[in-house]
Amino acid sequence: MPESIPVDSVGLVTPQTHHFDQPLTLDCGRVLAQYDLIYETYGELNAAADNAILICHALSGDHHAAGYHSMDERKPGWWDSAIGPGKPIDTNRFFVVSLNNLGGCKGSTGPNTINPDTGKLWGPDFPIVTVRDWVESQARLANILGITQWAAVIGGSLGGMQVLQWAIDYPERLRHAVVIAAAPNLTAQNIAFNEVVRQALRSDPGFHEGRYAEHGVVPAHGLKIARMLGHITYLSDDAMRKKFGRELREGKISFGFDVEFQVESYLRYQGESFVDRFDANTYLLMTKALDYFDPAAAHGGDLSAALAHVQARFLVVSFTSDWRFAPERSREIVKALLDGDKPVSYAEVEAHHGHDAFLIPIPHYFDVFHSYMALIAQEVSP
Amino acid sequence: MSELRSDLAIISNWIAPGSRVLDLGCGDGTLLDYLKRERDVDGYGLEIDPDNIVACIKRGVSVIQSDLDAGLSDYFDDASFDYVVMSQTLQAMYYPSRLLSEMLRVGREGIVTFPNFGHWRARAQLALAGHMPLSRALPNQWYDTPNIHLCTLKDFEALCTRLDIEILQRSVVDTAHRSNFAISLLPNLLGELALYRFRRN
Repeated sequence: MPESIPVDSVGLVTPQTHHFDQPLTLDCGRVLAQYDLIYETYGELNAAADNAILICHALSGDHHAAGYHSMDERKPGWWDSAIGPGKPIDTNRFFVVSLNNLGGCKGSTGPNTINPDTGKLWGPDFPIVTVRDWVESQARLANILGITQWAAVIGGSLGGMQVLQWAIDYPERLRHAVVIAAAPNLTAQNIAFNEVVRQALRSDPGFHEGRYAEHGVVPAHGLKIARMLGHITYLSDDAMRKKFGRELREGKISFGFDVEFQVESYLRYQGESFVDRFDANTYLLMTKALDYFDPAAAHGGDLSAALAHVQARFLVVSFTSDWRFAPERSREIVKALLDGDKPVSYAEVEAHHGHDAFLIPIPHYFDVFHSYMALIAQEVSP
Repeated sequence: MSELRSDLAIISNWIAPGSRVLDLGCGDGTLLDYLKRERDVDGYGLEIDPDNIVACIKRGVSVIQSDLDAGLSDYFDDASFDYVVMSQTLQAMYYPSRLLSEMLRVGREGIVTFPNFGHWRARAQLALAGHMPLSRALPNQWYDTPNIHLCTLKDFEALCTRLDIEILQRSVVDTAHRSNFAISLLPNLLGELALYRFRRN
């Protein structure tokens, strides 16, 4: 809980929800007749409506990117380090929009909401959504908010994939694209990790084919293992060694299977806390959205062709120790943009934190980010 | 803007307005920024130093953080630029000859500048004083220098011949980046900084 709100915080924020009646045809062919999107905004939209920034969240993220919901909230939003007065995404200059994506579990229509056709929870019947579907729904939210063109669309990891998709699907609707720790598609190894996550969730005896809510249970075990696996892959070998080493919780080994090493304790804690805040069906959907993302596929695997019509200027950032979304993958994006003579800057940040680095205010990363955003701020109307 | 460093001023005079330029080891982006404003040039910089990356971004110069020793093939197709510039960077590369060839693979013309190791003061320090040269153009001690492949004008021109590179223009200046009659008579002895524009023969 914040004793008092820090001066560089956006402060107390209240999410809003918009109900959409216009049916949305999804990539999978199914139609969402109506849906809700929950979102937060920070800062003020200027008269010209040219200072709006869209934040796209990653796998387990949501609309609560900055500030506090109440004075009782223990931690601020997930990207509070980057969003606020004087921060890289400066809310004194920008109007920031952050939403929970369709299929999420934090208030937008998803598996844990009621299907109006049946009056019951969607659960496993919620359609599989793709990054493209998300962009389409985000564009509709932009219309509602009176934003015809974003000053920038920004995201890390799966969020960065949404940024790429935005630049491809709506070239004229964003001036800048900030793509952090992302990739043009997942590698086989990444899909493999996602499959282990799905198996962990689906093989939990409490999963009940996704209808666990109807049985009044949660597949806690599966969620926990899925999250533990995720966490291992979001960190680097080096980061884990630095953070935990071989440190023992009790100072000595006890020849048993309880928690002995600090790293075990950390992973179990991460796993358990995830059970309380995330939904298994949503997790499954998110992994599928990741696996399916591949904008080059429609162009015979040619990413340069996929990006041939983008108009946004790009900032691409990767982190040296990120092995899930390795720098090589970001370089593919950069190369494809260069092929089309698109304006792009690329920073490869030296960091030992692994994929998680994109959430950490590493000085070089934030210097780059802040400098780039300051240029965008100069372009917007007062 | 402040006055351009005079070696950069010479380079920019060699670059036709409206052309596409790749600047290898672009530093804080001064040259590209100048070319963009004054010559309507479109281009990218490659740079390895994190602080320089930030400086370029602040200027609005498109910059790619990358190690030149890893080559250019990661990013650039053949003949994608009018000019590929490398200012005072060649001597710090592991594979200067490979990079020269790469420059002319991705660019129509190349421009390089480097400190001349054949300058009389460098020769005198080695020949008479018996130690590695130190000067304004070469300020680093031998054990702490990025300059691992120093050469003279003669050496560079010999390499160009070997690589079948045609030298189009040469400018040799002193440390104040001025030229004079004496330098034009004995460039390899009196020139401290060499600038070359070249293309594939």
